[in-house]
Amino acid sequence: MADHSSNSAQAADADKGYWQANLRLIYISLVIWALVSFGFGILLRPLLSGIAIGGTDLGFWFAQQGSILVFLVLIFNYAWRMNKLDAEYGVDEE
Amino acid sequence: MDQFTINLLFVGASFALYIGIAIWARAGSTSEFYAAGRGVHPVTNGMATAADWMSAASFISMAGLIAFTGYDNSTFLMGWTGGYVLLALLLAPYLRKFGKYTVSEFIGDRFYSQTARVVAVVCLIVASVTYVIGQMTGVGVAFGRFLEVDNTTGLLIGAAVVFAYAVFGGMKGVTYTQVAQYCVLITAYTIPAIFISLQLTGTPIPALGLFDDTASGEPLLTKLDAIVTELGFAEYTAHHSNTLNMVLFTLSLMIGTAGLPHVIMRFFTVPKVSDARWSAGWTLVFIALLYLTAPAVGAMARLNISDMMWPNGGIEGGAVSVEQIDNDPQYDWMATWQKTGLLDWEDKNGDGKIQYYNDKSEAMQGIAEEKGWVGNELTKFNRDILVLANPEIANLPGWVVGLVAAGGLAAALSTAAGLLLAISSAVSHDLVKGAINPSISEKGELLAARIAMAVAIVVATWLGLNPPGFAAQTVALAFGLAAASIFPALMMGIFSTRINNTGAVAGMMAGLVVTLVYIFLHKGWLFIPGTNSFTDADPLLGPIKSTSFGAIGAMINFGVAYVVAGMTKETPQEIKDLVESVRIPRGAGAAQNK
Repeated sequence: MADHSSNSAQAADADKGYWQANLRLIYISLVIWALVSFGFGILLRPLLSGIAIGGTDLGFWFAQQGSILVFLVLIFNYAWRMNKLDAEYGVDEE
Repeated sequence: MDQFTINLLFVGASFALYIGIAIWARAGSTSEFYAAGRGVHPVTNGMATAADWMSAASFISMAGLIAFTGYDNSTFLMGWTGGYVLLALLLAPYLRKFGKYTVSEFIGDRFYSQTARVVAVVCLIVASVTYVIGQMTGVGVAFGRFLEVDNTTGLLIGAAVVFAYAVFGGMKGVTYTQVAQYCVLITAYTIPAIFISLQLTGTPIPALGLFDDTASGEPLLTKLDAIVTELGFAEYTAHHSNTLNMVLFTLSLMIGTAGLPHVIMRFFTVPKVSDARWSAGWTLVFIALLYLTAPAVGAMARLNISDMMWPNGGIEGGAVSVEQIDNDPQYDWMATWQKTGLLDWEDKNGDGKIQYYNDKSEAMQGIAEEKGWVGNELTKFNRDILVLANPEIANLPGWVVGLVAAGGLAAALSTAAGLLLAISSAVSHDLVKGAINPSISEKGELLAARIAMAVAIVVATWLGLNPPGFAAQTVALAFGLAAASIFPALMMGIFSTRINNTGAVAGMMAGLVVTLVYIFLHKGWLFIPGTNSFTDADPLLGPIKSTSFGAIGAMINFGVAYVVAGMTKETPQEIKDLVESVRIPRGAGAAQNK
């Protein structure tokens, strides 16, 4: 009985650590998400106007292509890191 | 073979494929009808979700929106893709773990409230119905243009095909047809773009061609900026619109995308939580293939058209002559599209030439006076022509035109089917089983789902034939509702145990009502013309247009929910346990057959 409750307490701690790690990854990802779209693509575009790329500036590239490419990296990175975390904390499906 | 026969062959072959899938993918259980038996591979689901998401608006209209505005309309590109980051990180894996069939079911269970579930169902149905009207009219128009049948016949043929695979196959039938439709639409979009990119820049990848040099050695975008400003239009790559509105509009599109139920429910079809994560990435890969091409298509088409109207190097060289438009085969597409009423020109000053310029620009008025022009003579140019006429503008073979016809239809049909599925499962699962008759048998529910689907198709077809006057305005409504009510409720349900039933309902209602009122104030009450007090040219709140208000509605929803939840009774322990279990993937297999 005692064993059982300490096991479930351990499991609850692991779940908590897992959730904290997940939240941290989400925060970082969303900061980058906002930075490339609202930041580089719109608000910070004037700061990037000095960097020329293909007949225009870097901000235009981020608004029309760069942000989409970064979004892709963010989602795949999240999937990869989370699937690893699942196994690390023993909360995966199998 | 004439163009009509080619179009008929391409559209006919694609429809035969969809019907073949309908016969193969019959749904035998509610799990198959609602969630394709939760056996869809993440890459397959990604492809189906991409087709589900990319509607006639993405396929036909988006490149035109970018072409005629330039940088300012990058909002659509960032907004309609950035939503997938929110979906992948904040919603999809947890809702898959929850393991039920509809978005409203999660809201009802998590907030232990039938009211919350009903509010969610109403938002879901209103958002999806308004959205589906546009798809159905799009089907009719595409048929009318390419197959010379009238809009009504075209719409009825399209509806019959959707009926065949959606009523019998449910999510299972819709999933595999959407995969086929994705293949058709992406091929149709990419092939003309590759040819045009090769012609203009020598680069076979349009997304790279956009930033490449033209034959003269000048970068494409520099050349485009030069010609459009010479003609008095706003510089293509420059920022002209209000920055705050641009940010809010992009954010509204992102939150709205993540909150659209027909997209979310596609993630219920994959076997595992980890698959839901991968699948969101694959979805964006397949969407990006079109969205990275679209801005190139837009810029290149704008450059092509400007060059065609001023074929001798800008204003100095003189405008194209009426004689050349009538006789040069390169200009044949103009006569073709003039017949549709979407393109027109008129030699107002009778000089035998067609001057295309911005007659509202003051600088141009001076030049016009000097040269004897009396106004822009390319009198009509509907933005939607761009993608559809692209193959003809670039002189591509007839089969490419047929392919584009089949692609436009695939985009409209795949989105319509996904929306109809969201509507019918909300009716049969949330209303019939959830509220009216909870003890209904599996067989009974499956029948109810099929009847709901059939009725939804009939209603959508009727609305497509008799589109209410507000049809064009309703996209703002669909995104507004999804952003202001559904997305915040789902996110708080997963990320906060503090939000209770009262808080969630108050938040959803507040977000919903404020957003609706703001849209109605600008677009007319219930979209009745003349009943609006403001216009989007001069909005109530500074620069914030009604189309950008969804993000503010979402913030109101979050704020009200937190305040009300803080003042009312805490969430019960069993609901907190439910939230804990949704947060970890362990045991998703067990939830599978509930």
